[in-house]
Amino acid sequence: MASEKAEIDALKKECDGLRTQIEAARKAVNDGSMTGASGGVASVGRVQLKLRKTLKGHLAKIYAMHWATDSKQMVSASQDGKLLVWDTHTGNKLVAVPLKSAWVMSVAFAPSGNLVASGGLDNICTVYNIKAASPKTLRELDAHTGYLSCCRFLSDSEILTASGDTTCCLWDLETGKQKVVFTNHIGDCMSLALSPDMNTFISGACDSLAKLWDVRDGTCKQTFSGHTSDINAIAFFHSGNAIITGSDDCACKMYDLRSDQEVINYQDTSLNAGVTSLALSSSGRLIFAGYDDFNCHIWDSLKGEKVGVLSGHDNRVSCTGVPEDGLGVCTGSWDSFLKLWN
Amino acid sequence: MSASSSIVTMKKVVQQLRLEAGLNRVKVSQAAADLQQFCLQNAQQDPLLTGMSSSNNPFRPKAVCSFL
Repeated sequence: MASEKAEIDALKKECDGLRTQIEAARKAVNDGSMTGASGGVASVGRVQLKLRKTLKGHLAKIYAMHWATDSKQMVSASQDGKLLVWDTHTGNKLVAVPLKSAWVMSVAFAPSGNLVASGGLDNICTVYNIKAASPKTLRELDAHTGYLSCCRFLSDSEILTASGDTTCCLWDLETGKQKVVFTNHIGDCMSLALSPDMNTFISGACDSLAKLWDVRDGTCKQTFSGHTSDINAIAFFHSGNAIITGSDDCACKMYDLRSDQEVINYQDTSLNAGVTSLALSSSGRLIFAGYDDFNCHIWDSLKGEKVGVLSGHDNRVSCTGVPEDGLGVCTGSWDSFLKLWN
Repeated sequence: MSASSSIVTMKKVVQQLRLEAGLNRVKVSQAAADLQQFCLQNAQQDPLLTGMSSSNNPFRPKAVCSFL
């Protein structure tokens, strides 16, 4: 129909106009570079952390790990079909949760420490009570039509999930139902992170975009572009004003939320491996990024320079995490081991 | 995709772009200064930057003492 074609053309024109407007607005505030501004900041020097513990127990690739808020317990997930809850101070295993589906991709610890959640190629996010005499399935959150790539608890009654079906979702754990569905990505969602104030969250996807969402009303507030491949990892800077992303394009980037643009690119020509995971030290100065090259490289977040490396895994580093007290870094790998460094 | 569903999809894209275009953006120099300040203010409390003594290190294997 001619009228429909005319309407589509008008809408396309409006889209192009708005995109140009956004780029111009970003350029207008781009009055200096982050690395330039950090010229006067003292260098952190070479960061040399030591391997303190290797946690052995999983029998297959580790895909995910998450620290408990007590900075002592940590949960890991492996495609051997188990979740293991560790006491990282002693190295002891506290709880083993057998999974219905071994194809796990994500795991999360609730802030209370009472619950853990996991999910993967089964498309389901399963929540377990680990304080019961033996781990008890509390809820099976089943509505995604694609794999579960990431999950994060807001509390014992709410959890956020990211899925290969390109959506993220906020669930009510009391009813087991979806409260809000976040749709806007055009590629599999791979990772999510909650803001320090818990009012917003960010997602990274295979459409190479990162998006900022309002947790309560479901709106996508901002979109960040620049990566040229899947974003696998995403984290909030602790001030809540910036985000860090890690991608298959071998780079990490920092985007400032208030300037609405990329402010630093963390890339090295000698690093030709995709970024799988990332975590920040407690001041935000150090970025620990896990790569496909079996290492976790350490970046100076302000100066954009590589300042160290955690070497020791015999396969891809698939997950990285720093506990709330900032006293160490945990790396998990396809080599089936978790390592603690500080 | 039919023309009418394309229109619906495009209208959503336009709506989203309008929302994002309406943002008030802060100058990068200001944003950079604030990020720097945050890092520097918290640097002394960042154990991975400052290091820690072995007695304060929760991951360091504890030395075993025995009474003789």
